[in-house]
Formats: sequence, structure tokens, C-alpha cells
Amino acid sequence: MSQISPPSGDKSALAGVTPADAAPVTGTAEHVEREFTVRAMTSRQLVSRRFFRHRGALAGLAVFLLTVLLAFSSIGVAGIPGWWSQSYKTTGTKVDGGRMTLDLLPPFVDGDGFSLGKHPFGQDDVGRDYYALTMRGAQRSITIALIVGLVSTVIGVLVGASSGFFRGMTEGALMRVTDLVLTIPQLVIAAVIGLKFGGGAFTLALMLGFITWPNLARLVRGEFLSLREKEFVEAARAMGASSWRIIFRHILPNTLGTIIVSATLSVSAAILLETALSYLGLGVQSPDTSLGLLISEYQDAFTVRPWLFWWPGLFIIMVALSVNFIGDGLRDAFDPKQTRVRA
Amino acid sequence: MGVFVIRRLSILLLILMVSTIIMFFLVSNAGDPYFDLRTDNSPNRAAKFAARTELLHLDQPLPTRYLIWLRGAAKCVVPGMGCDLGRSTRGQEVSTLLVQAMSSTLRLVTVAAVVALVLGIVVGVVSALRQYSGFDYTITFGAFLFFSLPIFWVAVLLKQYLAIEANNWLADPRIGLIASILLSLLSAITWGALLGGDQRRKWIVRGIAFVVTLGVLQYLSAVDWFRNPALGPGLITAGAFAIAIGITELIAGLRRRGVLYATLAMALIASVGQFPLRPFLESRTWATWGTLFLLALVTVGVGIGVGMAFGGLDRGQAARAAVFTGLFSGALIVLDVVLRTVPSYSSLVRGRMFATVGSNTPNFEGNFWQRFLDNGLHLVLPTLAIMLISFAQYSRYSRASMLETMNQDYVRTARAKGLTERTVVVRHAFRNAMIPLATLAALDFGAIISGAIITEHVFGWQGMGRLFTDGLIYTNPNQVMGFYLVTAVSIVVFNLLADIAYAYLDPRIRLS
Repeated sequence: MSQISPPSGDKSALAGVTPADAAPVTGTAEHVEREFTVRAMTSRQLVSRRFFRHRGALAGLAVFLLTVLLAFSSIGVAGIPGWWSQSYKTTGTKVDGGRMTLDLLPPFVDGDGFSLGKHPFGQDDVGRDYYALTMRGAQRSITIALIVGLVSTVIGVLVGASSGFFRGMTEGALMRVTDLVLTIPQLVIAAVIGLKFGGGAFTLALMLGFITWPNLARLVRGEFLSLREKEFVEAARAMGASSWRIIFRHILPNTLGTIIVSATLSVSAAILLETALSYLGLGVQSPDTSLGLLISEYQDAFTVRPWLFWWPGLFIIMVALSVNFIGDGLRDAFDPKQTRVRA
Repeated sequence: MGVFVIRRLSILLLILMVSTIIMFFLVSNAGDPYFDLRTDNSPNRAAKFAARTELLHLDQPLPTRYLIWLRGAAKCVVPGMGCDLGRSTRGQEVSTLLVQAMSSTLRLVTVAAVVALVLGIVVGVVSALRQYSGFDYTITFGAFLFFSLPIFWVAVLLKQYLAIEANNWLADPRIGLIASILLSLLSAITWGALLGGDQRRKWIVRGIAFVVTLGVLQYLSAVDWFRNPALGPGLITAGAFAIAIGITELIAGLRRRGVLYATLAMALIASVGQFPLRPFLESRTWATWGTLFLLALVTVGVGIGVGMAFGGLDRGQAARAAVFTGLFSGALIVLDVVLRTVPSYSSLVRGRMFATVGSNTPNFEGNFWQRFLDNGLHLVLPTLAIMLISFAQYSRYSRASMLETMNQDYVRTARAKGLTERTVVVRHAFRNAMIPLATLAALDFGAIISGAIITEHVFGWQGMGRLFTDGLIYTNPNQVMGFYLVTAVSIVVFNLLADIAYAYLDPRIRLS
């Protein structure tokens, strides 16, 4: 099948066309017709193609993966050792006032060339290696954020799907509960939960997931409200499918876009929430460490030993920003009808 | 409309009641109420334990404790009966603590919410109108960045760089040539992006902005304006007329002579009225919040009158424009009074004008304007910290909403009808674009309160956030519930305002 199409960018109507298959068919000097073969792409391929064109999202993905790799591989996790020689637990004497030994400036700008030194991020008050501490904190914060994202997505989808599909009293009750959890400011209820369940990272993450699901529930409910009127649901019903089968097999795959985007953004919100809790002393507590806890311990030293303050903050921002960009890229990838900023 | 309000209010109140039950149960179970006493070795340890039990009614089962608290709180609603919200761990009445803490926190939260909303909407709308421009990309990236910042980190950074460095600079306030040039370049780029138009117009705007900013900065530096700031009568007059022309252009377009005459008349009144008004405001007897409120009401009344008189065919619009002109020019006059108070205030606080701790200077004795300045300057940093993140969210949402609205069919029809772009945007698209924002504003208020808790912690305010964290640490439900009550009521009020705004903006809601 041949189609003549203008060689322009990402119009969804022409999504299947790949100009690489062009071959000149007939030609005079002025007028050459090219034949394109249309290759049909699945929606998954379309989405990933749009995602990988979003430069911001790609950058975000790269930064996020690098950060996760760095955090988990440097000092190891759950018994598996890492490549960094220092431990985050051993105290020692402070060398050179605990200053950073990281050097990035080349020799001609008053530096020593790129060298890591023994303590690239410096040392804290009791001589522990700050790089190892930061990596440990990053590990905890990232783990908690991912778990919170997962838990809140699961609960949100279940609640949203049930209330959107079943309507009636189920919807009424579930929506009241959602409103209830939404009315209480997140930090307030998170602080109360953190006080009771804080300390252990996994319990904290689980509990935090129990309070961050309402937004997703509302979104999913909205989608289900519109999708349950579609003909394919009626057809499935007519063929005898049970309600839950319709929900999971037919409607849910169509709402996957919204869910994935919301899940990603909730991860970034979760890391900010958890670090804020740890900062207030109500989240992860000593002896375990978190990026928020590190910042709160050393905020007064900001004027004389700024590195103790900058590095944890920078890692929080890196994770949150990269996840936000990924979420934005996913949103544009799943719904190109929305006007988007060409990043 | 009334039925709608009452219906929403009753649902919200019900949710409020149930949430208090949940909070009470959660807090009471969260920790050990005796934890600080367990390591106590003093001889009257047993008595202290008994006192704590008595204070928090710990001998009663949990539902009874809740009902005791509820009874006390219900007395608050009935005027005349004492308000019994229990006592803090140190024995103080929670209601007294609340009243002290409430003023500073509510001030912070309201200012942050309003500023974030207004700025976010303006920036988002302009960004949508200039889609894909450099301005748009910068704002979008900025919004992403602010979205991902941890509040506490930003607050500590602000404390150091904005407050301490600014105070150091104020000791010898001079703007160097290089700084002036950089700032002028920034101003030129911003004005060019804001005003838009074709390239030639943009470069003219940029050139003018650069020269004017450079001139102004160097002049201010040379006359040492920052030590003795004031807006002279000239500036106030010029400002009032500029506001008049700007508002007319925005609301009605300069060709509507009726509106233009009304606003110009208001500007004239403001320029003449500033002469008796300034000493009036500065006098000790008349400088109060009540006076300011009355003056605002008078301005609104005069504005409506002038608008009706001069408006001709566009009476309603002229009245609105005149009121806004009057209010903004009045704000200029008040600003002038406040600026003139700076030298005396500065000497009272020994030159450290931007404060980092507390909501106001302790034991501060000064006249109304000095206290106004004191409260205001203490508000700057925490408000900035909280508002950055809300601002990012509002600007993203209003941009998306505005873009969606501008792609609608009725906007295309309006343009085809021959309306100017300004009318299409301000009169038709803007109001419809704001509808989803009302929902967002209601939800976002909770985030502002969360931000306020953290910021108060960083800046050492003795506000409600302190009450909350103390209550949590000591597992004293009274304090936490006191905090929660005020917070929840303000959220309910804000939700209600947002719903009313929603109903006002979207007639379909009103009539359903």
C-alpha cells in the first residue's frame, strides 16, 4: 500500500508510517513518487516512541537510574558489599576539619585534577564518611518512596475502580472515605503515623502508602465512570463476564496511562514527604539514616561546613526532579492530544 | 445558590467531625504519654505520674476521653461559655496557647496562599499565551524545579542567603555597576517576554526597559535611597496614573473613553488625596487596622460612584475599573507611609531588618507602622518558602487549563467575530480557564498548611506548628486536637470559598 505523506513530525494519524522504507518508484527529473510501507505499531510501541522523543524525560530517566545505581552499588545493600571502601557506621577522627576531598577543578584552575580522595563528601561530626552516609540515606529514601508509590497505587486503583464501576452505595461510602483522608493535610496525618511507625523503613513506607492514595482514587474513578458506558463493557457483560473480570481485563488496561503517570508523580511526592517527616524527626529515626535526617542534623552547621547540608539536599532534588520529568514525559507519551511543551 | 452553600457546608462539617475522631484515636495511640517521666528520678515521681493521668484523663477509656474533649470543644462554639480544649503537658490552657499561636500562623498561611494563587495564575496565563516561547520554557522548567524542592532545605537556604546576606548588604546599601547592568539585562528580557509582539516591538521594549532599569538603580544607589526610602508625591501621582491606564487597557481597552475617564478621575483623586492622607495615616491616633479597613470601604464606594458618573455606556465596567484603580493607588500611598517608617524601624532593630527567627521581634515597642513593618518583614522568608511550591503547581495548572480553553470552539468564534485578542482572552477565555483552578485551590490549602508546619519549625515561630509537634512528641491529644481544630476549620472555610468561586465561575453548578 503506498501513501504519499509529508515528511513531518509526530502527527498521530501518520503514526505507523516509517519513511525509512521509502523507495523511489517512478521518476522524472522534477517529480519523484516515493512508496512508503505502512507498518502498524502497537499502542505500546507508539507510547514508547513518543516517550523516547521527550528529551526531558530521557534526561530524567538517565539521572534517576544513575542515582539509584550509585546509591545502591556504592555501599552495597542487604549484605551485598559495594565498591566504596568506607562504611557509614565507623566513626573516626576528622581529617582536615572534615572537609571534602573531592576535587573537580583541573590543575590550571587551582585544583588537583579530578580526584576523589578518601572522603569526597567530607566527614560528619563524629568522623563518619559523609559519602557513605549520604548513599545510605539515599537508599532509604528511594526505597521508601518506591514502596509508598506502589502501595498507594494499588490501593488507589482498587478504591477508584470499585467506586467508579459499582456506583451506588459502594461509591458513596468510598468517596466519603476519600474526602476524609483528603481533608486532613498530608503532613499532619503522616506525622502522627510516623511517630507510631517510624524507625523501621518498611513499616513507615507501608503506612505512608495508606494515606497518599486519594488523588489516584479520584482520577481512576473518573476514568471508570466514563469507560463503563462503552460498548465493549456491554458486550463483555452480555458474554457473561463477571464484574471483576470486566474491571481488570477490559477497563483497567485502558486507564493504564493515567495510573502510570499518577504512580510516577506520587513517587516524587513521596520522597519529599518522607524527607520532610525525617527532618521533623518523625520519620526514619536514628540509628538508621535518611536524607531528611541528615539535613536536620547539620542545618546549623550550614555556614561553616556547607557540604554537610548541600549533598543530601542535592540528592533529594535529583531524585524528585528526574522522577517529575519522567512523569511528564509519560503523560505526554500516553496522551498526545494534550498540548505539550516540546522539551 | 444558598442551598448549594448550605449543602456543601453540612457535608464538610460532617467530614470534619469524623476526622476529629480519627485524629484523636491516632494521636492517643501514637506514643507513650508518660515517656519523659519514665526516666525521672525525682522523689515526687508518683505524684507527677498522677498529675499527668489527671491532666489527660488517662484512667478513662479512649472513647470517654474523646467525649470529654468533644464536650469541651463544643463549649467553644457557643459564645459566652468558656472554651475548654484541655491543657498542654506543661499545664497551660490550650485555648490560650491557640489564640497566641493562631494569629501568626493564620497570617502566614493566608498571605502565602493568596500570593501563590495570584502570582501562579498570572504567570501561568501569560505562559499559556506565549506558548513555546523562551519565557514559556523558562517558566515550565522553573515550575518543575520548584515542585521538586524540599521545603525545609529551601527554608534553610533562604535563611542564609536572603536574610543574612541581605542584612549585610543593607549595612552599606549600594548597587555596583556590574550588578546594575545584570539586573537591567534581566529586566529587559522579562519585559520583552511579557509584552510580546513582533521582534521590532520586543527590541524596543527591551531597550527601554534596560535603560530605565539601569537609570533607576544607579539613581537609587547614588541618593542612598535604601537607607531612607520613600515614594515621593511625584512617584505616587505617576504611579496612580500608570495604574489607571494599565487597568483600563487590561479590562476594557483604551478606546472605551468612559472607563478611561473614570479611572483617570480616581487617579486624580488619589494624587490629590495623598497630601492630607499621609499625615492622617502617620498620626498615632488614627493608625489602626480599623482605619485602613474603613478607608478601603470608602475607596470602593467612591470608585463605584465615580464609575457610575463617568462611565457613560460602560457603567458596570467603569465602576469595577475605578474600584481597582482606587484600591491599588491607595496601596501605593500606604506603601509610601510604610517605607518612610523604615529608618526608625531599622534603628530599633539595629540594622538587621530581615529577621530569621520568630514571627515578630520579642518585646517590640513601636508605633503601628513599625509593628506592621516588623510583622511584614518576619513574614517575607517563610511566605517565600511556602509559596514557591504552591506557585509552581498553580502556574502549571493554570497554563494547562488556559491552553485547553484557548483551543475551544467559542474562542475561535470570538476571534472570528472580530474581537480584539485582549477581549477574547480577558473577557471570555480567562474566566472559563479558572474553573478547574478552584478545585485545585481547595486541595492545595492543605499543602500550604503542611508547608507552614515545616517552615515554622525552621524559622522558630511559636505558632501552631510548634503546638502540633510538641503535642505529638508528648502524646498530648489536647494540643494536637486544638491545632487540628483550627486547621480543619480554616480548610473548611477555604473549601467553601473555593466552592463558591466555582459556582460563581461556572453557572452550570449553580443551576443544577
